[in-house]
Amino acid sequence: MKYLCLIYENEAAWASHSKEEGDAVMGEYYAFTDDIKKSGHLLGGEALQPTQSATTVRVRNGKVSTTDGPFAETKEQLGGYYLIEAKDLNDAIQVAARIPGAKHGSVEVRPIMTFDPQ
Amino acid sequence: MAEADVTHNAIEGIYRADSRRVLATLIRLLDDFDLAEEALHDAFAAAVERWPLDGVPANPRAWLVSAGRFKAIDRMRRRARFDASLASIADRLAGTVAPPPDVDDGEVEDDRLRLIFTRCHPALAPDAQIALTLREVCGLTTEEIARAFLAPAPTLAQRIVRAKAKIRDARIPYQVPERTELPARLDTVLHVIYLVFNEGYSASSGTSLTRHDLSAEAIRLGRLLVELLPEPEATGLLALMLLHDARRAARASSAGDLLLLEEQDRSLWDRAQIAEGLRLVEQALRSRRFGPYTLQAAIAAVHAESPGAADTDWQQIVGLYDLLLRIDPSPVVELNRAAAVAMRDGPEAGLGLIDAILARGELTGYYLAHSARADLCRRLGRLDDARAAYERALSLTSQEPGRRFLRRRIDACRSD
Repeated sequence: MKYLCLIYENEAAWASHSKEEGDAVMGEYYAFTDDIKKSGHLLGGEALQPTQSATTVRVRNGKVSTTDGPFAETKEQLGGYYLIEAKDLNDAIQVAARIPGAKHGSVEVRPIMTFDPQ
Repeated sequence: MAEADVTHNAIEGIYRADSRRVLATLIRLLDDFDLAEEALHDAFAAAVERWPLDGVPANPRAWLVSAGRFKAIDRMRRRARFDASLASIADRLAGTVAPPPDVDDGEVEDDRLRLIFTRCHPALAPDAQIALTLREVCGLTTEEIARAFLAPAPTLAQRIVRAKAKIRDARIPYQVPERTELPARLDTVLHVIYLVFNEGYSASSGTSLTRHDLSAEAIRLGRLLVELLPEPEATGLLALMLLHDARRAARASSAGDLLLLEEQDRSLWDRAQIAEGLRLVEQALRSRRFGPYTLQAAIAAVHAESPGAADTDWQQIVGLYDLLLRIDPSPVVELNRAAAVAMRDGPEAGLGLIDAILARGELTGYYLAHSARADLCRRLGRLDDARAAYERALSLTSQEPGRRFLRRRIDACRSD
């Protein structure tokens, strides 16, 4: 079963990291990614540019509206994701709990919807 | 009595005693809750039909599990005629579980624990955990649960449907947690039981002071858990519930008014239940792996053993609260400790502590904090302060017996 682990972290805190702190966190991410590659959980994952680079697109009454910034103002922002293969939710939670971002921010675990071939 | 009546009585007895066990095992075998529930009903319907003719089988539980499984496979095959994708599921069920699985008692008890841990999974919303547990582990109907929680039945039904969908879609496994996860997961289970008990013990709104059915269900769940998984905190929680519930008959006057511990007629306390509670507290304390529930039970035990409010060992109670604050700090525990300090050292000392908690901005919306503060002011003869605090408390609760109690106190402050 596939789960998407969405990593929400406080961007402002990230921005205030020193280079050493940033390197240390990246080191943790590299090690974690390596780990779940070996354990067979990893299907994919990316980090995202900060929300200041985000654009929100809506279509209302056929008209495209484009606004600056993320969808909603929250304290924590979506910073990246992992797509994993896990046995069940307990297995997925164990993987998600090891994502370095879980220590400061939060990780939302969403099962991937499967559609029956018609 | 006719032979058939005897059989019917036997079936009814087995339904009451074993239907939850059979359901828990069917959920594991069929891997589908709704199908398991239908299968359970089919199995009992088959028993009503067959047993009066064939006699009650030697192992009724195994018979019911096996009958339920076959009925479920039948249902899947019938549905497969309309939806071909179900055929493979029916084949898989028939294949993987045939020949009929051994229904040994150890495995069945594990199924009941699996059911409890799945329904109290922390990934489910707390109110859904409670509703699912009461429905599936205790066998209450949706309507009964809705009545107990004063919630509209459709709302509750929807909550249950949503939670069951999450169990299926997010694939919450039908498992007892592994050793390493057990303490955290057990906490969630204990919390669910504790909330059910509290809802029964001190109904958060409405006119009835105790909704005893819920307390009784919580105690039943607590006993089941201790039997299946005798962890010290499970034992501690059971003791806590038994000791509080033992005072039930004394907690309200004949007019239905709330009576404080010091006003209660202690001869109305259930001594046998207290004795059982005390035994369990001691057992949990001896383990040296106890936690907050056991400590709260120990505090309740000190009260239960005191012949009167004045003879209570307040020194020991304050000491237990100190310990409780160390392992599970919370402003409510601090408030209770302050009340105990007031009994040990006088109202002035307790009032200082309560004012400090309120000054931090915590508990300002908690009616019992203002009620406790009012009580200490009253004892110090500061009646205007007392009345103001009782009125503040009154504005913060909708629980009718509590409101009557506060109004009585407000009137007393005026007439004194």
